[in-house]
Amino acid sequence: MTDPIPPIWEIGGRRLRSRLLLGTARYPSLAVLQQAIAASGAEIVTVSLRRESAAGRAGTRFWSAIKEMGIQVLPNTAGCKTVKEAVTTAEMGREIFETPWLKLEVIGDDYTLQPHPFLLVEAAEALCRRGFQIFPYTTEDLVVAERLVQAGCSILMPWGAPIGSGQGLNNPYALRTLRARYPDIALIVDAGIGKPSHAIAAMEMGYDGVLVNTAVARAADPVQMGRAFGLAVEAGRLAYLAGAMPSQEMAEPSTPVTGTPFWHQS
Amino acid sequence: MIIEVKGERKELEGSRSLEEAIRALGYEGARIAVARNDEFVPRGLYATLQLQDGDRLEIVAPMQGG
Repeated sequence: MTDPIPPIWEIGGRRLRSRLLLGTARYPSLAVLQQAIAASGAEIVTVSLRRESAAGRAGTRFWSAIKEMGIQVLPNTAGCKTVKEAVTTAEMGREIFETPWLKLEVIGDDYTLQPHPFLLVEAAEALCRRGFQIFPYTTEDLVVAERLVQAGCSILMPWGAPIGSGQGLNNPYALRTLRARYPDIALIVDAGIGKPSHAIAAMEMGYDGVLVNTAVARAADPVQMGRAFGLAVEAGRLAYLAGAMPSQEMAEPSTPVTGTPFWHQS
Repeated sequence: MIIEVKGERKELEGSRSLEEAIRALGYEGARIAVARNDEFVPRGLYATLQLQDGDRLEIVAPMQGG
């Protein structure tokens, strides 16, 4: 039997196998992070920038560890609250990480870390003009999605729930609507996923991928959980392609009743 | 010359190019990117860009992120 999962998908001009994107923050150690990435099968990992002290070389060590794994990095603009900050951070990330890929975050609210829809669109316009391949972290809002697509985005990353909350998909209706309205845009659920079952749910809706960080990093065993998410994303994709049966209110015997012992017509 | 590096005041002797300042501040050989007065400075410009008194530098390095 041939493998029913299309082995390759194309994202941002790259042909990859895994549809799981993994964040690299909050792991117990660099070694556990590397093992979790390997166990998950993820081929894209998100990375960030911070102020570096002259004495420390933590950033250089981190970058070497990621680079030796030979995977695609997706630099983010975490913490940016203005278009100017996002553009400068994006340009610094492009130089350091040697990729035009960018997870664009412009935060509008400190408590929920909700993306700022207006500034996000403005930053996306500016960065598309500068040649970035943008993965915008956005809400599930359909009209914001439309503006991002008009700005030149071919990938959208709506949140499932607030970052790090582990709540799962808070608004399945809106996520399904986005999928239905944008069949040709790569849609990736980013943020809020807490368990593999949440990732499966997103993939069963027909989402192209899922981005997970805290759910793996803060699991009791991040390496096992990485593997669990890798399998979940694959299972969800396969289920989407297979086409789920419709649900119904009443039972329907799965074992044919005609001819079973003691059968009688009531 | 007084400049601000990552929000802290630093004094450098004489006038400096960005490249010289990076060396004097101890970042030589590190994987970094730089913004001067909130504007990104490509690596290729470090040698020719002369810093001015009061310039603000952000020096960033790779780190883990979600």
